Amino acid sequence: MPNFHQIKSWLLRLRYPRKSEAELDDEINGFFDSMVERRVSQGMTREDAVRATRLDYDSAHQVKHKVREARMGATLETIFRELRYAARALRKQPGFTTVAILTLAVGIGANTAIFSVVNAVLIKPLPYPDPDALVGVWHSYVRQGVKDNNVAMSGPMYFGYRGQIRTFAKFGVWSSGTATVIGGTDPEQVRILSVTDQVLPALGVSPAQGRWFSRADDTAGTPETVILTWGYWQRRFGGDHAVLGHALTIDSRPRVVIGVMPRSFRFLDRDPELILPQRLKGNEPTGNLNYTGIARLKPGVSLAQASADVARVLPGVVMSMGMSKRTLETLQLAPALRPLKQDVVGDAGKVLWVLMGSIGIVLLIACANVTNLLLVRAHGRQHELAMRAALGAGWSTIAREHLVESVLLSSLGGLLGLVLATEGLQLLRAIGPANLPRLNDIAIDPLVLIFTAGASLLAGLLSGVLSVVKHTGTLIAHALGGGGRTASLGRDQHRSQNVLVTAQVALALVLLVSSGLMIRSFQALRSVEPGFRRPEQIQTVRISIPAAQVEEPQRVTRMQNEILDKVAAVPGVLSAAFMSSVPMETGEHVGNTGVAVEDKPAADGQLPPGRRVKFVSPASFQTLGTGFIAGRDFTWADIYQNREFVVISEKMAKETWGSAQAALGKRIGDGGPWREVIGVVNDVYDNGVNQPAPAIVYWPARWQAVRMGIRNFVPRSVVFTIRTDRAGTEGFLKDLQQAIWSVNPNLPLAQVQTLGDVYNRSMARTSFMLVMLGIASAMALLMGVVGIYGVISYAASQRRREAGIRLALGAQKRDVERMFVRRGLALSIMGVAIGSGAALRAHAIAPIAAVRHKPLGSRYVRRGRGCPFVGRRARELPARTQGIGGRSPGGPQGGVGSMSWGGSFEG
Amino acid sequence: MARSTDLLKGTLDLLILRTLELSPLHGVGIADRIEQVTKGTFQVGPGSLFPALHRLAEKGLIEGEWTELESGRRAKAYALTASGRKQLNQEKLNWKKVATAVAQVLTEEG
Repeated sequence: MPNFHQIKSWLLRLRYPRKSEAELDDEINGFFDSMVERRVSQGMTREDAVRATRLDYDSAHQVKHKVREARMGATLETIFRELRYAARALRKQPGFTTVAILTLAVGIGANTAIFSVVNAVLIKPLPYPDPDALVGVWHSYVRQGVKDNNVAMSGPMYFGYRGQIRTFAKFGVWSSGTATVIGGTDPEQVRILSVTDQVLPALGVSPAQGRWFSRADDTAGTPETVILTWGYWQRRFGGDHAVLGHALTIDSRPRVVIGVMPRSFRFLDRDPELILPQRLKGNEPTGNLNYTGIARLKPGVSLAQASADVARVLPGVVMSMGMSKRTLETLQLAPALRPLKQDVVGDAGKVLWVLMGSIGIVLLIACANVTNLLLVRAHGRQHELAMRAALGAGWSTIAREHLVESVLLSSLGGLLGLVLATEGLQLLRAIGPANLPRLNDIAIDPLVLIFTAGASLLAGLLSGVLSVVKHTGTLIAHALGGGGRTASLGRDQHRSQNVLVTAQVALALVLLVSSGLMIRSFQALRSVEPGFRRPEQIQTVRISIPAAQVEEPQRVTRMQNEILDKVAAVPGVLSAAFMSSVPMETGEHVGNTGVAVEDKPAADGQLPPGRRVKFVSPASFQTLGTGFIAGRDFTWADIYQNREFVVISEKMAKETWGSAQAALGKRIGDGGPWREVIGVVNDVYDNGVNQPAPAIVYWPARWQAVRMGIRNFVPRSVVFTIRTDRAGTEGFLKDLQQAIWSVNPNLPLAQVQTLGDVYNRSMARTSFMLVMLGIASAMALLMGVVGIYGVISYAASQRRREAGIRLALGAQKRDVERMFVRRGLALSIMGVAIGSGAALRAHAIAPIAAVRHKPLGSRYVRRGRGCPFVGRRARELPARTQGIGGRSPGGPQGGVGSMSWGGSFEG
Repeated sequence: MARSTDLLKGTLDLLILRTLELSPLHGVGIADRIEQVTKGTFQVGPGSLFPALHRLAEKGLIEGEWTELESGRRAKAYALTASGRKQLNQEKLNWKKVATAVAQVLTEEG
C-alpha cells in the first residue's frame, strides 16, 4: 500500500510536473558537474574530463529515466506522458488515424447497438424487482398424441390454486383485450389488461398514484374500478393529478380511476393502456382456459418445488369442476411452470445471439484492419524505434507505447462508436420486428457502457499486441543495419499481414454466405402462396359492438350487415366482408377449439383435435382472394335462416376425409349442433408463412344458441375487410369512418391497417435478420477490401525499387502489375477457401429463418467465387494509384506503369 | 560500478541509510563515502544511486533538501527521517542475522 509520503509526492508531481522534472535535472546535472570538476582538479583538461565522465557512467538522460521508473507513482505519470505522446503521434498522421478510428468506431458501434438489444431482451427482460422469483403458471396436456405446453387457466382453477397453493407468495391470472372508451372527442378502442388483485403486487410495481386493486375490486357488486397507465394518463388527462376518483366510461360502464402506473411500467411484452380488475366466477366451465397465470415464488422455493405443489393441488381442482378421472388421465394434464423471463423472451434469443456473433466477427475484422495499419506504420517507424532502443529505451517501454497508442485509438473509436450506436438504435427501433420483445425499452444503460468500454479496450489490446510482438523483438535487431534503402518487407512481416488479410476475407465470406442464406429464406417466404391475394389492396378495420350498446345477439349481426352494406357502397370498393380475425392476425381474437367429426368420433375419453376457428360473413373468401376447391360460400340467406353450414380449409378436409370432394356433405361440430360442410377453400398460412398452414374451420358469423357453454353467442368484435385500390389512403379512411358512423356513431375504429401490413409483419423477424446480417456483411466486405488494399498498396510502395529495377531490366509493365495483383489474388483465394469451409458450417444458422433449407449447396460455394474479383478490384487500385502517393519529386510523371520508378535510382 | 550491488538486492538501500545515519549528504558525497568505507568494493554509479535515493525518499525514509556547497553550487542533501532511522535499525538486525547465518553455512561447508 502506498503511504502518505508516496501519495504526497505523486500529487506534487502531478501538480507540478515541470518543477519536479527541473529539480531532477538540477540534481543529476549537478552530480555530473561535480564529477567533471573532480577530474579537472586532478589535472585533466575540461574536455577530457567531460569525456571520461561520460564513458564511466550512464548518461544523465538514462539516469533520469531510471529515477522516473523507480518512483512509485511513475506508472500513472508515465501513462499520462505516453498518452500525450501517442496523441501527438496520431495527430501527425491524420489519414492513418482517421481510418483506424473510423474502422474501430464502426465495429464497436455496431457491437454496442446489438449488445444493447441483447441486454434489454435477454439479460434483463423483466423490469421488476427480484425477477427470478417470477414464474408463468402454465400447464401441459396431450391431445391426439401431441403435447401442448401452453395450456392456460380457467376461473375455477384460479380459485382452487389461490386457496391451496403454499409455495406462491403472490398469485393471480390475467388476460388482455380491447375495450371501447367513450366520452372523449371520438369513441376510441384501447388495449386493456385485466388482472386479479395479486398480479400487480406479484410484479412488485407500485402505482405512481393511488392504489393497487383489492380483493373487493375483483368481486361483483362493488363499484367498478380502473388503473391508468402513464401513457394513457398523459394522453387522455394531460397528466392531471386530480384524476383519482374521476369516472371513465369503458365498454359503456362507468369506472372509477383508482391509480396511475409509473412511466416505467411494462406488463411483460405488452403495452396496455388501461388495467381493469379481472372479475372471475368460480362456476365457469372447465374448458375455458382463457387466463394466464403468474406467480411470485416464496423466497427459497425452487421452480421444481412449486411445480410439485401445483401437481398436488391440480387433480382435486379440476375434478371438483366436473372433469372425470379418466379424462384427466388421457389428457395427462400437468403443471408446466416456467420462468416468466421465458414467456417474454420466447425464441428471440437464438436470433439475437446469432446477430451478436456476426457483429462480433465484424469487430474482429476491424481489429485485423487496424493491426495491419499499425504494422505498416510501425514498419515505417523502424528506424526511430531502433534508434531509441539503441539509446536505451527498454523493450517494455516501447511495447507499452504501442499498446497505449492502440488503446488510445480504440478508445476514441469507442467514443465515436457510442455516438454511432445511439443513432443506430433509432434505426433499429424503426426497422426492428414488432415481435421482438421490449423493442422500445432498448437503450444505452450503464451495462452497455461497460460493455463498450470493455470492447474498446479489448479491441485496442488485440490490435496493438501483434505489432508489439513483431516490432519490439525482431525488427530492432536488423533495422539499423538494414536501412531503408535495401529493405523490402521481411518475410516475417509479409506472413503476419498475409494471415491477417486472409482471415479477414474468410470471416467476411462467412458473413456473406450467412446473409445469402438469409436472402434465400426470405425469398422462400416470399414465394409461399399465403392463401390470399394482393394483401396491400385490402383495408381492415375492427369494430366491436358491446352488449351495453346492442343487447340482443341477432341485432348485432344485423348491425354488422348494415355497416357492411354502407362500406360496400363507398366509392372504389370492389368487395367487402367481415370476419372474427384476418389471416396472420395474432392476439386475443385468434383461437383454436376442439372440433368433433360426426362420422369419425374421437376415442372414448379423448378430446377432439383443436382447430383454428374463424367466424366469417358471406363474401369473405372472395374479398381475401381465397379460392374454393369444392362447394360454395355462405349466403346471407344461410345466415338469417340459421342454416347449420360450415366451410373448411383444404388441410382440414384432407386430414379428416382424404380429399376436398369427400368432405362435402359431412358434418362437424364444436359442442353445438352438427353442421354440414358446404365448401372447401384453399389453405391460408394463418400463423405466418414461416409456419405450416393450420387446419381452419370457418363458422358463419352469426348468432348461436349455445357455443362452448356460452349461451346466446355472437361474434361481437369483427374485422371489416375491404378490397379497394384506395386501401390505406386518407380519403378512403375518412369515407370508411363516415360509412360506419352513419350506422352507429359510438363505434370506435381499431386495427386500421392493410392486410399488406399484417403480411409484412409476419415476415418481420426474417427480414430484420436479413437486414442486420446484410449490414454486417457489407461492413465486413468493405473492411476486407480496405484491408487488402492497405496491404497491397503498402507492399507496392515498399517494392518500388524492386519494380523499378525489374522494369529497367526489361520487364513488361504488365508483368510488374501482375506481380502485385497476383499476391492480392492469392490472399483472397486463400481467404475464400478457408471461409467457404467455415461457411459450410454456418448454415446451421439457417433454421432461424424457419424455412426448411436443403443443405448448403454448390450454389453458395459458387457464390463465394465472386470474392476474388472484389479482391482484384481492391488490388488494382493501389497498383494504379501508386504513382500519386509514392511518386518522388524527380521522377518522370509518366503513365500508369512508369510513374513510380523515378525514385528508384535516386537512392 | 553498480553491478556488484545488484547481487544483493536491498543492500544498496541499507548502505545508503547507514551512510546517512552519521550526517546528511548529497549524491556525490554518498557515493564517495560508500566507496571509501568499503575500500572500493562498492562503487555506486549515478544510475543506481539516484533511483535508490528517490525510492527511499518516496517511502519517507530519507528527505532531500537543497543546500549550497562550498563551491557555490546547489545540491540536494539527503537526511534520515525518524522512520528511516527505525527502518535502518531493523535492517541492521536483519542483516546481522543473515550474515551470521550465511557465515555459519560457509564455515561448515569450508
